[in-house]
Amino acid sequence: MNARLFPLLLCLWPAAAAAQGFAGLGTAAQGFALPDPGWTPVFPADHGAHEMFRIEWWYLTATLEAADGTPYGIQWTLFRTALAPGGAPEDQLWMGHAAITTPDAHHVAERLARGGTGQAGVTADPFAAWIDEWRLEGVLEGESLLFAQGPDWSFDMRLRAEGPVVLQGEAGYSVKSPQGQASQYYSMPFLAIEGVLTLPAGDVAVTGQAWLDREWSSQPLAAEQTGWDWFSLSFETGEKLMGFRLNARDGTAFTSATWIAPDGTPAPYSDGAFTAEPLATARVAGREVPVRWRVTLPERGLDATVAALNPQAWMDVSIPYWEGPVTVRGSHQGRGYLEMTGY
Amino acid sequence: MTGLAGTASRALLSHWRRHPLQLFTLIAGLALATALWAGVQAINAEARASYAAASQSLDGARLVRLLPPPGRTISEAEFVALRRAGWLVSPVIEGRWGGLRIIGFDPLTAPAEVAPVALARGAEFGAFLSEEGAFAAHPETFGTLEGTGASLIGREDVPPGTALTDLRMAARLLGREGYSHLLLAPVQPLRRPPLEDVAPHLRRQEPGMHADPGALTESFHLNLTAFGLLSFAVGLFIVHGTVGLAFEQRHATVRTLRALGMPLGGLIGLMAAELAFLAAVAGLIGLVLGYLVAAALLPDVAGTLRGLYGAEVAGTLRFRPGWAASALAIAMAGTAIAAAGALHRLVTMPLLAGGTRRGGARWAARRAIRQAGAGLALLAAALAAALWGRGLVMGFATLGALMVGAALLLPLLLDRILSAGHRLARHPLARWAWADARTELPGLSLAFMALLLAMAASLGVSTMVSSFRETFRAFLDQRLAFEFYVQADTPEEAEQLLAALPEGVRAVPVMGVDLVLAGQPAEILALRDDPVYRANWRFLAARPDPWDRLAAGEGVFVSEQLARRAGLWPGTGLEIVPGLIRPVLAVYADYGNPLGQAILTEELFRTTFPGVEPLRFALHVPPDAEGILPANLSAAGLDPARLVDQHAVKTLSMQVFERTFAVTAALSMLTLGVAGFALLMSLLTLADMRLPQLAPVWALGVRRATLGWTELARALGLAALTGLVALPLGLMLAWVLLAVVNVEAFGWRLPMKLFPLDWLRLFVLALLVAALAAAWPARHLARTPPGRLLKVFADER
Repeated sequence: MNARLFPLLLCLWPAAAAAQGFAGLGTAAQGFALPDPGWTPVFPADHGAHEMFRIEWWYLTATLEAADGTPYGIQWTLFRTALAPGGAPEDQLWMGHAAITTPDAHHVAERLARGGTGQAGVTADPFAAWIDEWRLEGVLEGESLLFAQGPDWSFDMRLRAEGPVVLQGEAGYSVKSPQGQASQYYSMPFLAIEGVLTLPAGDVAVTGQAWLDREWSSQPLAAEQTGWDWFSLSFETGEKLMGFRLNARDGTAFTSATWIAPDGTPAPYSDGAFTAEPLATARVAGREVPVRWRVTLPERGLDATVAALNPQAWMDVSIPYWEGPVTVRGSHQGRGYLEMTGY
Repeated sequence: MTGLAGTASRALLSHWRRHPLQLFTLIAGLALATALWAGVQAINAEARASYAAASQSLDGARLVRLLPPPGRTISEAEFVALRRAGWLVSPVIEGRWGGLRIIGFDPLTAPAEVAPVALARGAEFGAFLSEEGAFAAHPETFGTLEGTGASLIGREDVPPGTALTDLRMAARLLGREGYSHLLLAPVQPLRRPPLEDVAPHLRRQEPGMHADPGALTESFHLNLTAFGLLSFAVGLFIVHGTVGLAFEQRHATVRTLRALGMPLGGLIGLMAAELAFLAAVAGLIGLVLGYLVAAALLPDVAGTLRGLYGAEVAGTLRFRPGWAASALAIAMAGTAIAAAGALHRLVTMPLLAGGTRRGGARWAARRAIRQAGAGLALLAAALAAALWGRGLVMGFATLGALMVGAALLLPLLLDRILSAGHRLARHPLARWAWADARTELPGLSLAFMALLLAMAASLGVSTMVSSFRETFRAFLDQRLAFEFYVQADTPEEAEQLLAALPEGVRAVPVMGVDLVLAGQPAEILALRDDPVYRANWRFLAARPDPWDRLAAGEGVFVSEQLARRAGLWPGTGLEIVPGLIRPVLAVYADYGNPLGQAILTEELFRTTFPGVEPLRFALHVPPDAEGILPANLSAAGLDPARLVDQHAVKTLSMQVFERTFAVTAALSMLTLGVAGFALLMSLLTLADMRLPQLAPVWALGVRRATLGWTELARALGLAALTGLVALPLGLMLAWVLLAVVNVEAFGWRLPMKLFPLDWLRLFVLALLVAALAAAWPARHLARTPPGRLLKVFADER
């Protein structure tokens, strides 16, 4: 899933909602469309924006490797949030985050834009998602291009789909809390990626595996949920796992996972099946962040240690969080991405 | 030793107990000096803090800007094209609304150094982007914004009169489409095409090219600082005199203490500590007084700066610890300077030397000659600086050298005049009075030097004020030659407006664009050849037939500021836009405008800047149409409030200038007051010591009342002589202010005008101050009991 930047975007909300006379989080979905358990995706239309919903994202992460074996990771995300219901373009705010993680450095940039001007947006057919000069465009089920840059770095990549779209949760309806908050959620975890990273030290040609998450919703998380840990793991067997743990203020957690077969067949697991426990923390940006985890999904025989490639992969943006590539060792070997918020 | 030190300090301190007046003089003089200095500094600090906030965090004055072609705005499409090419630019809409300066930002793209709200501060960010909108403004400005229904966010660093808001809110309020300019983020991404390829029409403007209120107002603050310094100097004269006297009177005590075994070092240490303590007390009092002075003057200063330069300064004073520390430090340093001579004499004094009063007349005469020599050297330096110096600092150096030089010359001058008077007098009592005045001169000369400085400053400033006022009034008559001015918001409204004008009203369009001329921020105006202009305009320099040649498009007029800054006088050429060069036909005065200005004929303007639509019109209204003009506009659905009466503009402009000088006038009066205080204290101090000289005269049969009157007459006579010296000095000061400082600071030179009535007023005022200062000592003398006078002879033995 990508409960990911859910609350992040909602940080904007209390303010905007209060300014508009809404009562706050409890009724904050007022006027917006709600996720539908009976939803059937239609492509390429659903690659585009769903403006009747409050929040939405196009979230791409990739684990990469240079010719000399050095591992890298990149992130490219575009968030949309609506300031008011009704889907008017000028009520949309857009936010882009991009990053390159190397074993010893982490480069981050952020862009913001208001809707209705053309500075940022998403079109479904032909597919294009952009903010300023950053872009993800082409045919997602076929070949597409990805670009982002910061003051002294950039990535310029080509993507090729090698597997199907995977619906998360119950046929794309992903539950986020025991109270039933949910989102519409699908992934494209079978994307081959190659291209050039431009780093302060020079250009590096890389290849690897990318994972695109698409998610939209209108409801906030439950009020007591303070943060989350989200894993997208690709194993050497060709199998994949999406798992998340939503942390509540009282120390309890709500978990959910999808086991994805090499042919893309998903098997969803509800609360409690998937576990994730911190093993070690690192001092990052003045706080303790877990950078080694034990993750288990007993029903699939998974019991592995997930470790950050670079513990300092801190996203120092308007609303900061941790996001970076990880390695998997244990019952399964592999690579993936980890996102953590609320630390 | 401790016992001796204790005894010594008690003995030294007992001096102040026996001479409370001296103690009062010392503390009051230092406190007054500190107060004036600190007051001026407080005003300056407050204003500078306001500019810093304005130019750094608000309009991105430190950032590169991209400007549209003159007279145009930047479209949303141009902005998006730049962003999508990888250029991090952020749009700004700027304009005036209901008397406020509105700056509309895009909080999503604004560079961090100007962003009015940050995403991380969710509530304000949301309010900014909401339908109702929000303003970030100084709480003083809230009143004007309350009717808008928007949320108001209090920001102390936003100058009063300015409101920051979202781009869309600003566009709606100002009725604008398109952006005023784009701010270029200081850090740009790695790859992007050349700017010219993406936005060929936009011009890069480097930071500092636009009018910076800091630079423009600097001269105003220099003026204030000069006054503060002058007041401080006058105060130091008092302290110097008092400390010198007190130390002299304590020579006997010092001799006794040293004879008792008190080491010189310890003694000096004790006296220095004593002075430091007194300076600290006086400094604290001065700080409080200075704060009061500043708080009283600041609203006027704020008004002046706003009116003159559009620089916004908060009308309320904040307490700044740095300011307090610097004021205390200067009080200490001033005392140290004033006391250095006295301490030095104490060190070099032979252990057994007797206390001589002022070292005798011959010593005083030698000192007067030495001082006069230094004074002449300073006057020569002032002359050299005036002739060959450049820059504002040199202007002030000229001022300083002139004033101090003249003050140093004064004692010798007075001495010579008194000596001449003595030679001419026949009556014995008169001869005695002249001679006595000469003897007393060394004790009084510091006070009269202070009076000279204060009078000259007052005279110089009042001459400058009056010259300015006269010139400016004439200039306003020339520039605001039309009866009414009217402003439309859109070209459509302008058409409507012209159609609604009554029969007989002539409308002349006033069009202008801001741009850079000869490397200077400037504006270009279009002028339609009109008899009203020809009849009213006067030039500072012109070629023959300037109006006809302007009308033929053969050249341009330039303002004095532009002419002086860029050396553009008749006979040179001005590049208006790249490739278009026209000769300068005439230079006109444009007082009070920080920007340079050039004037083209309307036809040339329209072909050069085709995008500019005339929105402002000057109206020549025959008397019979004046009454129906507002009604006609109302009938056409236009707000008659748009009509600006030239009388109103003139009144407003004059008010601004009056306020500017109210501040300097207040400061010069305060300085005069301090000088009067110095005189009073000198006379009071001398009064007691003079009994040995007066007693014999009394014994010869001169009545005490006569002696009292003589005292008063002497003070008045010396004040009058000082006044006579102050007159030429003040005029020279005015000349330096008008012809040197003003040109360097503002770029224009004012003709100097003379106002003999003002001189007379000041002269009378100075005599009044002297009379007030001398009245009490004279009365005291007239009522001295005969017993005390007799005691002089008894004491002499």
